[in-house]
Amino acid sequence: MRPAGAGANVVGMSEAIAAPAADVADQAPQAVVATSGLTRDYGEGDTAVHALRGVSLELSRGKLTAVMGPSGSGKSTLMHLLAGLDRPTSGDVWIDGTQITALGDTELTKLRRRHIGFVFQFFNLLPMLTAEENVVLPLSLAGRSPERKWVDELIAEVGLAERRKHRPSELSGGQQQRVAIARALVSRPTVVFADEPTGNLDSQTSGEILTLLRGAVDAYGQTTVMVTHDATAAAIADRILFLADGRIAKELGPSSAHDVLAALEDVSRR
Amino acid sequence: MIGVALKGIAGRKLRAALTTLAIVLGVAMVSGTFVFTDTMEKAIDTLFTDAYTGSDAVVSAKDVVDLAAGETSRPTVPAALLDGVKALPQVEAASGAIIDVARLIDDNGKPISTREGAVGFSIEADQPRFNPLKLVEGRWPAGSQQIAIDPDTASNGFAVGDTIGVATRGPLRRFTISGIAEFTSVDAGGALTLAIFDPPTAQDLFGKTGRFDEILVSAQDGVSQEQLVQAIEPILPADAEVATGKAEVATQSKGSNEDIALIRKFMLAFGGLALFVGAFVIFNTLSTTVAQRTRELATLRTLGASRRQVLGSVVLESLVVGAVGSTIGLILGPALAKGLNALFVAAGQNLPQTGARIETRTVVVSLLVGVLITVLAGLFPALRATSVPPISAVREGTLPRSALAPYASYIAGAMIVLGAGLLAYGMFASGLSVTWVLILLAIGCLVLFVGVALISSRLVKPLAWFLAWPAARAAGAAGRLARDNSVRNPARTAVTASALMIGLALVTFVAVLGKGLQDSMGEAVESAVRADYVVNGPITPDVGNALASHATISSVRQDAARAFGSDVSVGGVDPSTIAKAMSFEWDQGSFAELGPDGAVLQREFADDHHLRVGSALRVQTPQGNQLELEVRGIYSPPKFDPILAPILVSQQSFDAAFERPQDVLVLVDGASASTLERALKPFPEAELQTKAQFTADRQKEIKDTLSLLYVLLALSIVVSLFGMVNTVALSVFERTRELGMLRAIGMTRRQARRMVRHESVITALIGAALGLPLGIFLAALVTRGLADEGVAFSLPLVPLVVFTLIALGAGLVAAALPARRASHLNVLEALQYE
Repeated sequence: MRPAGAGANVVGMSEAIAAPAADVADQAPQAVVATSGLTRDYGEGDTAVHALRGVSLELSRGKLTAVMGPSGSGKSTLMHLLAGLDRPTSGDVWIDGTQITALGDTELTKLRRRHIGFVFQFFNLLPMLTAEENVVLPLSLAGRSPERKWVDELIAEVGLAERRKHRPSELSGGQQQRVAIARALVSRPTVVFADEPTGNLDSQTSGEILTLLRGAVDAYGQTTVMVTHDATAAAIADRILFLADGRIAKELGPSSAHDVLAALEDVSRR
Repeated sequence: MIGVALKGIAGRKLRAALTTLAIVLGVAMVSGTFVFTDTMEKAIDTLFTDAYTGSDAVVSAKDVVDLAAGETSRPTVPAALLDGVKALPQVEAASGAIIDVARLIDDNGKPISTREGAVGFSIEADQPRFNPLKLVEGRWPAGSQQIAIDPDTASNGFAVGDTIGVATRGPLRRFTISGIAEFTSVDAGGALTLAIFDPPTAQDLFGKTGRFDEILVSAQDGVSQEQLVQAIEPILPADAEVATGKAEVATQSKGSNEDIALIRKFMLAFGGLALFVGAFVIFNTLSTTVAQRTRELATLRTLGASRRQVLGSVVLESLVVGAVGSTIGLILGPALAKGLNALFVAAGQNLPQTGARIETRTVVVSLLVGVLITVLAGLFPALRATSVPPISAVREGTLPRSALAPYASYIAGAMIVLGAGLLAYGMFASGLSVTWVLILLAIGCLVLFVGVALISSRLVKPLAWFLAWPAARAAGAAGRLARDNSVRNPARTAVTASALMIGLALVTFVAVLGKGLQDSMGEAVESAVRADYVVNGPITPDVGNALASHATISSVRQDAARAFGSDVSVGGVDPSTIAKAMSFEWDQGSFAELGPDGAVLQREFADDHHLRVGSALRVQTPQGNQLELEVRGIYSPPKFDPILAPILVSQQSFDAAFERPQDVLVLVDGASASTLERALKPFPEAELQTKAQFTADRQKEIKDTLSLLYVLLALSIVVSLFGMVNTVALSVFERTRELGMLRAIGMTRRQARRMVRHESVITALIGAALGLPLGIFLAALVTRGLADEGVAFSLPLVPLVVFTLIALGAGLVAAALPARRASHLNVLEALQYE
């Protein structure tokens, strides 16, 4: 299934960094995540807050997209809607061709299992499970037995081969986030959502985590969406969306942290 | 600080409510017991006061033997004495009364009255001053065909003018209902049925022609009760006595008041047990609260709160919970008293009731006990709270380990040993009074329970691992996570499971011991009774005579008597038939030489009084007759239920010595059930039983007691259930963010629900895994102690399976709401939850 009319409504697509809108629509498999006219209001009547005011976008397979914006710009809301954690007030979301806004809770949960991986700011590991058990948790929940070779490879990749039997309380923050990244990748999801993955880490550890995320995109073609307010983090992205006041205000291709900051300032000032 | 404590409670409403409930039930049981027994006491007191209303003195026969009223042949006084009393100048009026047992029988031959509550007596209609009853309808009975009955019986479809059957151990007789009457001030509440006759009819019906059970006397004006008694005394024969009306009421109600006091203690014990379990729940909740408030408490300390103030704030919290819970419990008491009454009625114990009595003592004791237990249970967590250092305010701090923690295992071990020791001492030490044995057993149990609860935090992990195996298999990841969650806070799981353990251990104990008692009873009957059928007494010998023409019978008379200065039952048997109908394991002699002056004794009785074949023995009947006997045989009956009386004499000697002989048992052989039923038609009181039915009948009392105990113990299981709800709700609450993450990465609502449910079930099963073996151990210990009484140990598998299922069910019930909360969690909000 292809998002009807998605291509026509894409906002802010720049010819320099992405295929022309019409092409994107024709090559549906490329648009692994798509939205059309996405709005999200909180509350009703006069006190209603319009967190998103109509966002249409398409994200290509195998790319790392960063979503930036000042606080209150709607970037977290957007991510939650894309990941099926929240429901839009209007508009639709497609993940890998499935219109997730039409799904019930159980189907949505099962879709998250198969298609979506998460990396959270506060790691959110289960304290009573070992690092390895935490990594395979999404597979356990789905009742699938983990592929030994793939799990070993992942754990080695994130540099925790020596610590696979350790519990989260015995790991540093950076190590915990590595576990979380492995957990997000283990089910080979269609898309990984990372919510401020470096928000709770020092700058050196942040660098390591970003390298890992970038590495997953390059090595496995892992489509990734990262919400961040850290310009350094955004600098590893293939594409950077700037949100302001519930709309996509600006968009950049691969940029330096300096350019990102400038763009952010520009967006905030408007 | 007071404000902080109160706001703390307000902020944790669900927890406070569940904790409060934990104490409510125990206090309700305590206050309900008081209300129930006080009301009963008052009712019985009123009943007897009414019965002797207008009697300044009561003349009756001296009791040679201490007989339960109406149970056997109570001695009587000659009717002629009434004229002598009436002739005294101090006497204004006197009336002769007959009081006996008379069951009312409906048109289908079914008894309306219970055996215990079937009262038959005489009323002299023209002497209203002695009459405790008032007519509701019709007239007082007059003449040999008339009867008056109570309104409860009348409500079964009997009206004035109808006929109703009356069974008095003899053949059924029918009377015409002349009136309906009830006690003036007490509602017998269906506890009693009344069969009222005029005195000559009653004398005839109960075989007391020319006799009275009592002579009620009222004094002339100006003559005191004491003066009246002094005036009557000189004219009495040697075997009669006289008491003032007041003294008679006191004597009569004393027996029932003692019974009520026993019931009160018995039920208070269950109230205490519910409070004990409640204490576990309170301890657990407050411990959790303190642990969660570590940072808050530390902040208070940095702001200048002293240790004493911190202690005070936690103690205050338990004080408020205790006071609120106790007040609610107190208010619920009278309602529970009604329930208790219904429970006793269901268990076959009808008790008279009047308006609910709420004494000051009830209020004071209930509130005091409830508050005290809550505060005591909260003291330990409160002391822990004072050990929170101010530095925890700024550091990610957990509660410092208790100073006693390293010794917990030793303390637990010591308590288990001490508890088991007290139990063993109570069971096996000789020369202890029953009260002491019970006290030792109770304290032993409590100490043992606390000991096991203390050590159980160490057992939680292995037990959870084992018990969660099916959950992990059935529910996959959700089951495994449930298992891991259940051991994340072993101490909390342990205390929660221990609260359930107590109730389960006690029901298991009751079930196992009850099975042992029932089996022992069954074996006793099996080994002793040879006859195919049995008619259970007490019944008139006419029944045996009626059966004798159709079948081979052997009847056994029985009555109370005195020998060696104490009361003892004496049986009258036919030596030529009894040995065929029953088995005897002879130590010495046999029935062969019984003769008119011989006696056969049970081994224990013979040993107690150093008697052997050839020894002489003197027995006194309730009527004062002396029987000079010689021991001709000694046998060993089944220990648990000897069935027959310790002293057996020949039936001829028995009938000669005892007034109105009754058969306690008729053993029947050699005829079909239908033939026998036909022969028994005129005797509605006589029920033909097969050996199995006879056994079941004798086991019934044990079964009824078991059911009563189950219901009372269910109370403490319900209390532990509140604790489980609390714990499960807390763990869901604490892990909100974790649940959000799990839902985000692919846990379905169903899986979330199952995870919570399994965790709760695992906790409950840990309770069962601790409680069942503990209960079996206790039962084994007590059975061992009762081995001399012929009690054998026997494991009832069905109840044990049922109890495990109950634990499982408790786990599911406790998880219902928390599981719902977990599955309906808003994933986004949960992820942002701190």
